[in-house]
Amino acid sequence: MPRLSYRRALTRALADELARDEAVFLLGEDIQVGASLVTTGLAKRFGVDRVRDTPLSEQAFTSFATGAALAGLRPVIEFQIPSLLFLVFEQIVNHAHKFPLMTGGQCAVPVTYLVPGSGSRTGWAGQHSDHPYSLFAHVGVVTVVPATPADAYGLLVSAIRHDDPVVVFAPAGAMDVRDDVSDLEPVPLGRGRIHRFGDDVTVVAVGHLVHDALAVAEELADQVSVEVFDPRTLYPFDIDGLTESVARTGRLVVLDDANRSCGIAAEIIASVVERVRLLAPPRRVTRPDGAVLPFAPALDRAVQPSREQLATAIHLTMKDSS
Amino acid sequence: MTDADPVRLYRTVRLIRRFEQRAVELVHGGQIVGGIHPYLGQEGIAAGVCAALGTDDVLAGTHRGHGHVLARGADPARMFAELCGRLTGLNAGRGGSMHAADLSIGVLGANAIVGASGAIITGAVWARRRQGHDTVGVSFFGDGAVNEGMLLEAFNLAALWRVPVLFVCENNGYATTMPVAGAVAGSIAGRAAAFGIRAVEVDGQDPEAVRDAAAAAVDRMRAGGGPELIEARTYRFDAHHTFEHAVRLDYRPPDEVTRGRARDPVHIQGERLSDADRAAVDAEVEATVDAAVRFALDSPEPDPADALTYLYASGMTARTGGG
Ligand SMILES: Cc1ncc(C[n+]2csc(CCOP(=O)(O)OP(=O)(O)O)c2C)c(N)n1
Ligand SMILES: [Mg+2]
Repeated sequence: MPRLSYRRALTRALADELARDEAVFLLGEDIQVGASLVTTGLAKRFGVDRVRDTPLSEQAFTSFATGAALAGLRPVIEFQIPSLLFLVFEQIVNHAHKFPLMTGGQCAVPVTYLVPGSGSRTGWAGQHSDHPYSLFAHVGVVTVVPATPADAYGLLVSAIRHDDPVVVFAPAGAMDVRDDVSDLEPVPLGRGRIHRFGDDVTVVAVGHLVHDALAVAEELADQVSVEVFDPRTLYPFDIDGLTESVARTGRLVVLDDANRSCGIAAEIIASVVERVRLLAPPRRVTRPDGAVLPFAPALDRAVQPSREQLATAIHLTMKDSS
Repeated sequence: MTDADPVRLYRTVRLIRRFEQRAVELVHGGQIVGGIHPYLGQEGIAAGVCAALGTDDVLAGTHRGHGHVLARGADPARMFAELCGRLTGLNAGRGGSMHAADLSIGVLGANAIVGASGAIITGAVWARRRQGHDTVGVSFFGDGAVNEGMLLEAFNLAALWRVPVLFVCENNGYATTMPVAGAVAGSIAGRAAAFGIRAVEVDGQDPEAVRDAAAAAVDRMRAGGGPELIEARTYRFDAHHTFEHAVRLDYRPPDEVTRGRARDPVHIQGERLSDADRAAVDAEVEATVDAAVRFALDSPEPDPADALTYLYASGMTARTGGG
């Protein structure tokens, strides 16, 4: 089986959709050369009209994409930095997201916002290391955070084909993950995936943290049987899939590389406890409240959720219910 | 493609005038909730610009947006119904005054975010041209919008990629209560010049002057020229928003208001018609507006159970909010 990196899976998804549908085109900064190493080769293959380098005008090109979508195209925007989403939150939320309802169903805005390298990139510090996916879940924009190459491919393809705006976070921590991939296919939005079955506790892990959760589950295998649930899409969330898992295990721990207050971990826990009576209080392992990632590598790591914290949370959850 | 007929131009100006006056009455009567930003006094701009457009063209407007939608040819009855929040409204009662849209005639919507329409129209025009249409676009905005970075970014993008967008700045002298002199360093036309965008100033109270300036710009744009800007000098005859009818804000000197109202686009264009033509148009507009208001008030209200229908074009549904 061929081994495919997460980054190349994104490239493959873009190439396949550009080839499949004339309406698809890419917009972004330095994408013709492929500075993010995701759009590599696409300008040569599909032409600079469909792989368009933009000036540094995030707000204008984000709404440009909205206009192009209103006129029937399917733009994909690559953002160089996750925090650029703060600049264009207005354009995505107030316009792209609200147009279908505000026009009474007269239009669709199928734009994909791709953020390769979200979260910490070690050494890039405060303004390059955010993971603002909860904001988009909060406003109701479809939000996906693939963990594996196959899911990166399949979710990006589905995002591009989806008739509403979709934000795709490709965590820096997952970009170099490689996997044996036999056939690549679209992955449905809004459906989670159980990576590892277990009996005692369900760990929900977001994005690259799925790999950490799997490692911790292996480490603890002789003490506790851990199930690892990867939501893949944060909004709409596969609450049915997760409920099924937690109903079996009775315990819940969420691992989320984002700030704690109003983070997606809080929403996941609330949604589960509305439906399932747990054997122990749920726990979450997240970045601290209001975290700004500090520069020094040790500090950067200290703010991100760790495997040790996850192991501790699992042990405490088991203890609380014994 | 320009419609040079002075009677039809007058009709559009008159229609917007009477529509807006009736809309203000409906606000006072409680049939329109939330109020409106009346377009009164500025009718000649929407009417003049839209007379220069063809069927393939697109536009996007502002919070003060009724005139743009009507001038483009939307059904006044469905427009009133929208303002009244009825199911028969252009947006099925989901948009209201500040979001009225009719995609079927290229109206990509009024837009309540100042400065937002320029980039959206630029993208829409670029996309339509790529699909083989000879589309040009119009982005209407006020003098307040020229200080929004998003609009200036759109100027750059449209000029850089030579997207034929007519940027129409309706300079009515104020952004809410802020006079232009207190807000705009340099000049409006100067902002366009900085991006290599050709800019002209026109008398926004004269519908034919606006039409001619727009027609010339549209001709150049269709011939392959890049975007252009028209600064239409105008005056808003009424409040920024109808809330001012209850709360008097003191920011426009009374003699300025009197002078501003003296230059009325309805009269300026009306003078160009014979008395008989003018009377006939007035009567027809009156009947249209009467019927439109009746249609709106007789129309059903949307069912609260459907409040979030249309949230997702993909057909996705959202979780409900109840316990
Ligand atoms: C980005 C943004 N800032 C502020 C507002 C609140 N607001 C609505 S209309 C308006 C004034 C706009 O002035 P102008 O652009 O001159 O248009 P006019 O109202 O004069 O037609 C303001 C400040 C808004 N809707 N959007
Ligand atoms: Mg103004």
